[in-house]
Amino acid sequence: MFRRSALALGSALGVVLASGAGFAQTGKVTVVTSFSKDVTDPIKKAFEKAVPGATLEVQNRNTNAGVKFIEETKGNNQVDLFWASAPDAFEVLKGKQLLSPYKPKATGIAEKVGSYPVNDKDGFYSGFAASGYGIMWNERYVKANKLPTPKEWQDLALAPYFDHVSISAPSRSGTTHLTIETILQGEGWDKGWRTTKEIAGNLRTVTDRSFGVPEAVNSGQVGYGIVIDFFAFSSQGAGFPVKFVYPSVTTLVPANVAVVANAPNKAGAEAFIEFLLSPAGQEVLLEPTIRRLPVRPETYAKAPADYPNPFKDKNLQGLLTFNAELSEKRTAAVDTLFDQLITFQLEPLKAVTKVLHEVDAALKKKDNAQARALAGEARDLIAAMPITAEQAASAEIKAAFTGGKQKSARQAELEQQWAAFAKEKYAAAKAKADEALKLAR
Amino acid sequence: MQRSPGQIALALAIALFLGVFLIVPVATVVYVAFTEKSGGGVTLVNFLDFGRTDLFVRSFWNSVYVSAMTVVWASVLALPLAYLTTRFEFRGAMLVQTLGFLPLIMPPFVGAVAMQLLFGRNGSVNLLLDEWFDFKIGFMEGLNGVIFLQAIHYFPFILVNLSAALRNIDRSMEEAAQNLGSHGLRLFRRIALPLALPGYIAGASLVFVKVFDDVATPLLLNVKEMLAPQAYLRITSIGIDDPMGYVISVVLILVAVATMWATALVMKGKDYATTQRGGGGLARRQLKPREQVLAYAVVILILALVLAPHVGLVLLSFATVWSYSPLPDGYTLAHYTRVLGDSSVYIKNTLLYSGLAATIDVVIGGAIAYLVLRTRLPGRQWLDWAASTALAVPGVVLGIGYLRAFYGVSLPDGTPLAALWIVIVLAIAIRRLPYALRAAYAALQQISVSLEEAAENLGATKARTVRRVVIPLMTGGLLAGFVTSFATAAVELSAVLILVQSNSDAPLAYGLYVLMQTPAGRGAGAALGVIAVLIVAICMWLSQLAVDRSQRARGLDI
Repeated sequence: MFRRSALALGSALGVVLASGAGFAQTGKVTVVTSFSKDVTDPIKKAFEKAVPGATLEVQNRNTNAGVKFIEETKGNNQVDLFWASAPDAFEVLKGKQLLSPYKPKATGIAEKVGSYPVNDKDGFYSGFAASGYGIMWNERYVKANKLPTPKEWQDLALAPYFDHVSISAPSRSGTTHLTIETILQGEGWDKGWRTTKEIAGNLRTVTDRSFGVPEAVNSGQVGYGIVIDFFAFSSQGAGFPVKFVYPSVTTLVPANVAVVANAPNKAGAEAFIEFLLSPAGQEVLLEPTIRRLPVRPETYAKAPADYPNPFKDKNLQGLLTFNAELSEKRTAAVDTLFDQLITFQLEPLKAVTKVLHEVDAALKKKDNAQARALAGEARDLIAAMPITAEQAASAEIKAAFTGGKQKSARQAELEQQWAAFAKEKYAAAKAKADEALKLAR
Repeated sequence: MQRSPGQIALALAIALFLGVFLIVPVATVVYVAFTEKSGGGVTLVNFLDFGRTDLFVRSFWNSVYVSAMTVVWASVLALPLAYLTTRFEFRGAMLVQTLGFLPLIMPPFVGAVAMQLLFGRNGSVNLLLDEWFDFKIGFMEGLNGVIFLQAIHYFPFILVNLSAALRNIDRSMEEAAQNLGSHGLRLFRRIALPLALPGYIAGASLVFVKVFDDVATPLLLNVKEMLAPQAYLRITSIGIDDPMGYVISVVLILVAVATMWATALVMKGKDYATTQRGGGGLARRQLKPREQVLAYAVVILILALVLAPHVGLVLLSFATVWSYSPLPDGYTLAHYTRVLGDSSVYIKNTLLYSGLAATIDVVIGGAIAYLVLRTRLPGRQWLDWAASTALAVPGVVLGIGYLRAFYGVSLPDGTPLAALWIVIVLAIAIRRLPYALRAAYAALQQISVSLEEAAENLGATKARTVRRVVIPLMTGGLLAGFVTSFATAAVELSAVLILVQSNSDAPLAYGLYVLMQTPAGRGAGAALGVIAVLIVAICMWLSQLAVDRSQRARGLDI
């Protein structure tokens, strides 16, 4: 403990000397963040120790509310920093000219974690920690219900997982959005949606808060959750009987920090960023309640055994190059498609999925070519998409969500069209699946 | 019954208050509902889209169904408690009244977790049922789950208002009926119930509107296909410029106003006022031993059901790990030690904010009730309706509206007006105003105007009449309003979350929110939740004590 604080002090001195702003950064640094108290408290403590005279005022808001707050108060801004996970949120702020560029002076920071660039290419925000997506599960639940342990996303679509999986809606959670986008980019638009909907057929719930998923898994209300890694790690840290796995199609995405435009204490804000990236700041990330992946490769030497290391572990070596530009173009379309095809059509989707699982079980006992063909047709109907990948990224669709000039339809009209499409396809699929079940039995 | 300059000034002052702190801020946000996304002029096309979207229409009817059914079940829970504790010599009546109020104070987030741990699919109850009898009950499934939880959560609205009304009935009414040969259930049905109707209607209409507009409970059960959750989800997702969220908000506001209007219509042309005062409420009858057993059984059963979430909360606050098991793995005090340091500032702020907000509510609510019922000012009804819309305005909308309306206004030293804690108080006061208003309204409806006329005939001025006659007679109702506003203000979150600017200005609900973001914070959040409930319960108990005492004093003196 003493060694660590001594180290923190030493490196803090280094930070202060290294940062161009010099010794002058004192006073209140106000930060709007989506990070929990468990994360912000240790960092606040370490920061205030490292930069004497500075106090960190933490305003805790969820990512969307934080963005909204900064937007609404820009005329009389009192906030120095925005500090959150989802890179999309920073893109939104950047697009609205609400960030001010800052290039950190810290050296020894990796250019990329996995295959994702750590820093914004335009220098508006900097990554300070990485996180990846995967599947967490409750061991007691799995044992009591005699369920298997998953390895890949596709596993969650199998029959034993029916009604045991939870996810948060991508429209509500930046991290889930990236998970879905990762699957879509990793497997392609059509195949990716097929996988997503097959998993969705097994869903128990679609929650509206990212935290709802680990909470449900921790309490044992659902067995499996699709979550960002630190939710699982910090649950383990708190003693819950949960496990976590990174599927092979995953991506590591940095959590970021940025100086807000017209920050009242710009020097203080910059000192905070330098601190986060300093060896001392990076080390705080290893604490059991935080558990993020540092962006400074040397910090992993101090990590406990079994700590994932994206710079060494083979399965985290960037199997997928995440295309942030493509993701940005179709964000609204992907979120709305998920909501209209899955979240608000969950009952019909689950009903047909259940029958298809029964068909599969029956076919295993006694094959029937006709039933097999019908089940295949039903699966194709479920997988059908109202729009193509090109349309999803097109200016017309984007304009329907942003209110641009070229729009072909209002958002509400698109939503109704997509919902009606899904309803019709799922009903048709149900009919085929029922027929297949009759034949197979 | 004539217009006086004082009344006009009062009406204008209230109109100004509502205008500045409710209508203008909300209008800055809600006007989006009437515009097309790309800018453009005023349009109603969004409302057409609302009608053409299956999801919204389905959500609307789901909300109507859930709200109506909740009123039914909440009445089933509230009626026996209210009747038994006011009508009979019932030991522990005050305790029952206080405990029966607690469900209303369910701290956000942790309350939800506690309920899932008890009643969820793999909650304690279902795990035990599964082990012993091999089946589970879907307490928390779908719309019926919402009705179950909402009835538990909101029945105190009916309990409080109905009890206040029952206490206000003069025993001579009952005695007169008894002299004419009425007794038992008929006596209750024909005398007590009709005379208590204003209180019941006040409570029931609050329950209906509140359930219609509630976001938290449906979302905790993952029921999204109801109107209020739809509005909330759309407004808080990044597509903030999307008009549909605000279209739904407008529909919610219209439903709230329509409900209040309909209740006014139901009550119209009926006179529930009685001139007699000081009888000390209904005569309290002794229960026969067998009746007593039955009565206690009913009361205990109801209390056990409605307090289960709080039992879960207490367990959670002492639990080490609680996962997929009927009870926690172990118990610890660590969560309380963790929050104790932080919580003193939260507690202080909560008491200050809720106290101030509830005081504002009672003053303004009482004034509006007086203006509506006792004067003939043109447009006085509008004050009532405007204040009632606050029920339907989603907290997020009000919060954002306050930022828009007041953040640009700077104080001399450069800090924005919206950064002051008093703004949080005003937001809470506006959100809780309808509770106090309904209570005051019901209380005044029960007082005959002839008492005031008598005072004026004896030479008292209007002001003096109000001070010496109206307010003392309304005390019970006003206090019920204060308690409801205070207790619910203490756990208000949605608007607060947007307006809190620093930890030192934050109330308990915010502290809870911050803690609940991580798995490790769950126990600490529960501990803070228990502290919040305890504080509110103590305040409530004290005010119950005050009501009881004043009633007894009145009853005995005369």
